[in-house]
Amino acid sequence: MSLALETRDLTKTFDVGKRLMRPPKAQVHAVHPTSLNVENGETLGIVGESGCGKSTLARMLVGLLPPTSGTIEIEGLSGGSSPADFGRVIQYVFQDPVSSLNPRKTIRQILEAPLIHLHGMGRTERSARIDEIFDSVSLRPEFLDRYPHEFSGGQAQRIGIARALAANARILVLDEPVSALDVSVQAQVLNLLADLKDELGLTYLFISHDLAVVEAVSDRVAVLYFGAVVEEGRAENIFASPRHPYTRLLAESAPVVGRPIGGQAQGELPDPMNPPPGCAFASRCPRATDICRTDRPELRPIEGDQRAACHHPLDP
Amino acid sequence: MSTFIKLLARNRLAIFGAAVLGVIILLIVVTPLLPLPDPDATATADRFKRPFSDGFILGTDHLGRDLLSRLLWGTQLSLAVGLAAALIAGTVGAAIGIVAGYFGGRIDNVIMRAIDMLMAFPYILLALAIVAALGPGLLNALYAVAAVNIPFFARNVRGVTVSIAHKEFVDAARLSGMGHIRILTTEILPNVLPVVIIAMSTTIGWMILETAGLSFLGLGSQPPQADLGSMLGEARAALITAPHTSIVPGMMILLIVMSVNLLGDGVRDALDPRLRSGALSRPMAATLVRRDETPPEEAETEAVLSLENLQTRFEVGSRIYRAVGGVSLAINPGECVGLIGESGSGKSVTALSVMGLVASPPGIITGGAVRLNGQDLIGAPYRRLRALRGDRVAYIFQDPLSTLHPLYRVGDQLTEAIRVHHRISRDAAHERAVKLLEDVRIPNARARIRSYPHELSGGMRQRVAIAMALANEPEVIIADEPTTALDVTVQAQILKLLDDLRRDRGVSILFITHDFGVVGQLCDRVAVMYAGRIVEEGTTAEVLDAPAHPYTKRLIACVPELGAGRRELHAIPGLPPAVDQLPHGCAFAPRCHKATGLCATSEIELTGTGRKVRCILPEEDVA
Ligand SMILES: Nc1ncnc2c1ncn2[C@@H]1O[C@H](COP(=O)(O)OP(=O)(O)OP(=O)(O)O)[C@@H](O)[C@H]1O
Ligand code: SF4
Ligand code: SF4
Ligand SMILES: [Mg+2]
Repeated sequence: MSLALETRDLTKTFDVGKRLMRPPKAQVHAVHPTSLNVENGETLGIVGESGCGKSTLARMLVGLLPPTSGTIEIEGLSGGSSPADFGRVIQYVFQDPVSSLNPRKTIRQILEAPLIHLHGMGRTERSARIDEIFDSVSLRPEFLDRYPHEFSGGQAQRIGIARALAANARILVLDEPVSALDVSVQAQVLNLLADLKDELGLTYLFISHDLAVVEAVSDRVAVLYFGAVVEEGRAENIFASPRHPYTRLLAESAPVVGRPIGGQAQGELPDPMNPPPGCAFASRCPRATDICRTDRPELRPIEGDQRAACHHPLDP
Repeated sequence: MSTFIKLLARNRLAIFGAAVLGVIILLIVVTPLLPLPDPDATATADRFKRPFSDGFILGTDHLGRDLLSRLLWGTQLSLAVGLAAALIAGTVGAAIGIVAGYFGGRIDNVIMRAIDMLMAFPYILLALAIVAALGPGLLNALYAVAAVNIPFFARNVRGVTVSIAHKEFVDAARLSGMGHIRILTTEILPNVLPVVIIAMSTTIGWMILETAGLSFLGLGSQPPQADLGSMLGEARAALITAPHTSIVPGMMILLIVMSVNLLGDGVRDALDPRLRSGALSRPMAATLVRRDETPPEEAETEAVLSLENLQTRFEVGSRIYRAVGGVSLAINPGECVGLIGESGSGKSVTALSVMGLVASPPGIITGGAVRLNGQDLIGAPYRRLRALRGDRVAYIFQDPLSTLHPLYRVGDQLTEAIRVHHRISRDAAHERAVKLLEDVRIPNARARIRSYPHELSGGMRQRVAIAMALANEPEVIIADEPTTALDVTVQAQILKLLDDLRRDRGVSILFITHDFGVVGQLCDRVAVMYAGRIVEEGTTAEVLDAPAHPYTKRLIACVPELGAGRRELHAIPGLPPAVDQLPHGCAFAPRCHKATGLCATSEIELTGTGRKVRCILPEEDVA
C-alpha cells in the first residue's frame, strides 16, 4: 500500500496577546510534534476532547493554516504549494454544515466554485458534473437553485460533502461531520460517506469526539490528548484493549447501555500556556510515577501496530 | 426583499419620512422644468420682499433674488453633496474596514490605529482643518465631510468583516481555489453590504447637516451659488428684519434631515435580523395560558410532578407550531425519568412549560395541567410560580452560562439564590454555598467560590449550575441536556454526581437527552418523544432491550455503540415532520416501513399502563 499522506513532527504554536512591535505575551502549543501516516483508501479516525488540537491539525493538513515546524507530505504536493494545489488533492468537510455555506449564494454557485477555480471547467461541462455529484449525495436537482437557509442540517452537510467531491480530491478531512446532526440523520450521512468511499476510492481522516462513531467508521484510530498523539492502533483493538491510560479513561467514560457510569478520574487539562515538563496526563493518571512528571514519553510500538506514548503502558 | 418592504411599511414614522423625502426629491427633480427665475439674478430694487408678494411665492433675499428658485436649486445641490459624501465615505470606509478585518494581523493593527487617531479629533475641527488645507469651495467641503465620516464606516465594517472572515464558508472558498480578491468581493462583500447600507442610511442626514454647516461658515459653496447652508449664512445679517430669509432654508434643512433620519432608522430596523425576529419585544414573566377547559385545581397523585395532556404551541404570524401536542408524564419521588427524542421533538418546550418559562409571545399553553404534589401550576398566579421556581423545582440547562451571570462571583450568585427563598444571614448563606460547592465536588471550594464564571472550565461551570439548582433542596430537578456540550470524561463525572445526589437526597429528576447511552446509565424510566408527543414509555430496561414503537427500535439501531466494531448503520430515511404541518394520524407514518392505510388516517392513542406505546402495529406486545 502506498501512503496518501504523511506528517513528520508537525507542530503549531499560536501567539497570544500579539503586540505591534514587541514579541507576543505568551505562546500556546496547540499541536506538539506529530507524525501520522495515512494509507491510500484508508480511514484514519482521530479522537480527542475539546481543545486537544484536532481542528488545528486538520486545518494544517489542508493548507488553511501554516505549520510552525515539521512537514506534511501529500502525494503530488510540495512545500511551496498554494491553497489551490492543496484543494485539488485534499478537501475539508466542516463541522457546522450551515455556517460552511455562504448564505448569499445558491447551492449551484457554491458547487461551481471548485469546478471553475480548481479545474477551469466550461459551463456545460460544469452543469453535467454538478448533476452527477448532486445525485451521488442523494439530493434532488431542484435544490440547486435554492439558498442555504432553506436546508436542514443533514441536507446542508450533504451539500458540504458535495462541494468537497466537486474538487475531485482523493483525500477528505472530515472534521466532526456528524456532530451537529441528529442521530437518525447522522446514520444517513455516515452511510453516505461509506458508500462514496467505496465508489470513488477515497481516503478519509475522520475527526470526532464520539468514540462509538469513530470505531464504527475507521480502520485505524489515533487518540489525541493535549496536542499530541498518545495512542494509535487498529480501530477494533484500541478501545477494546487500550494501552494508554487516557484511552482507557475515554473508553470507560463513553456512556454504554447496561454499564455503570464509569471514568471517574478527576482533574483537568493542563494549562496550555505552561505545559508540564513530563507526561501531560500525569495529573489525572492513576499509574503516574516520578519519571512521568519529568520525562515526556515518546510514542512507541507496544504490540503489533498499536503504539502508545506512556512510560507504564497498560496490559491488554 | 419582500419581507424588508413589508417590515418597512409597518413602520409609520419611516413611511412619513419617506413621503416627505419623496415630495422633496420630486420637487428638485422637476426644478429645471419649472418656470422659475434665475436663482442668481440680482435685483436690488426687490430686496427683502415678503412671501406671497409681487409674484415671489417665498419672497426675496438681500440681493432681491427669488427665494423659491434659490431654495429649490440649493436643496438640489445640498442633497447631491450629502449623498455624494455618504457614498464616498461609505465606499472608502467599507473598503478600509473590509481589508483590515479580512487580513487581520499587522495590516489590521496599523489601519485601525490610524483610524483611532482620526477619531480622537473632534470632527468639526477636523473638517475645518481639511477645508483650511484645501481651500474653501463646495467640492472641498464635500471631501472634508466624507473624510471625517470614513472612520465611522471603517470601524463598523471591520467589526462585521472580522466575524464573517472567520466563518467556515470563507475557508471553504479558499479550498475551492479562490484568491483573496475574489473572496473579498464575492464572499465577504455581499455579507457586509447590508451593514454598509444601514450605516449610510443613518448617517446621510448628518452629512447633509455637516455640509450645510461648512457652507454656513462660508467654507462650502461660494457666492453666488446657493446651497442651504450658504443661504442660511447670508440671511444671518437680516435675521431680525427679514426673518423669512432664514426660516425658508432652515425649514428645508429641518425637513430633509428629519425625513432622512426617520427613513434611515426604518431601513435599519427592517434590515436588522434581531429586530426582525421580534427578539426585542419584551417577553412576559410567565407563559401565556389559554385553555379551553380548566382542569381541577387539585388532584390526588402519588407523583411529585405530573404532566397531564400538556399542550404548548407557538403562534408566529399565521403559522401554528404544535411543539407539545398532549404530553402526559409522571415522576415519582426519588425517581429519574428520561425524556429522549431528536432535535425539535419538543423536549425543551415540555420542560420549560412546567414552570411557565416558555417565552410569550409566541408561546402559549393551550391545554392540560402540570401538577406539583397534585396542585396545578399552569393556572397559578405569577407570584406563586416565582416562589416555586428555583425553590421546589430547579432547572439545569445545557449551557451553564444561561443561569450564571458573567459579571458576578459564583459564590455571590449562590448566596443570592439561597437568600431569595430563605431568610438567613449572609454568613450562614456563604457557609451553605461553600458546602454546596463541596457537594458537587469542586476541589478547593473555599477558594473557588471567589471565581467568576469565565475562570472556570465547562465542567466546573456545570457543577456550579448544579449547585445553584440544589441550593434550596428542590423536590424536582429538570435537567435539559446538561452534559451535551461536555467532553465524555467530564460528562461521566457530571452523570455520576447527579446519580449520587438523587440517591443521597431523594430528589426527582426529569432528565432530557438525545443519548440512549446516558439514559441507560442514569434513568429508571424513559419516555420517547417524536413530533411533540410521547410515542413510547416504560422502564429503561424494557424500552432499550425490547423497544415497542417502530421509531424507538429504529432509532436505537441507528446509533453506533462502542464495542460493536465497524458496521453499516441502519439509518431511518427522511426527516421528522415540521410541527406546523403535522401529518394526519401517526406522525411517524411517512418514515415507517410498517405503515398501513389506517396509520395515516386514524388518531393513534398511547395505550397501556406503565408500559405504553402509541402504535397500532407495535414491535412488542405491551400489556
Ligand atoms: N420561540 C419559538 N418560536 C417558534 N417555534 C419554536 C420556538 N421555540 C421552539 N419552537 C419549536 O418548537 C418545537 C420543539 O422545540 P424544542 O426546543 O422543544 O425541541 P427539543 O426536543 O428540545 O430539541 P433539541 O434536541 O434541539 O433541544 C420545534 O419545532 C421548534 O422549532
Ligand atoms: S506516562 Fe505515566 S502519567 Fe503518562 S499516561 Fe503513562 S503512566 Fe500515566
Ligand atoms: S402507527 Fe403505523 S405508521 Fe405509526 S409507527 Fe405504528 S405502524 Fe408505523
Ligand atoms: Mg432542547
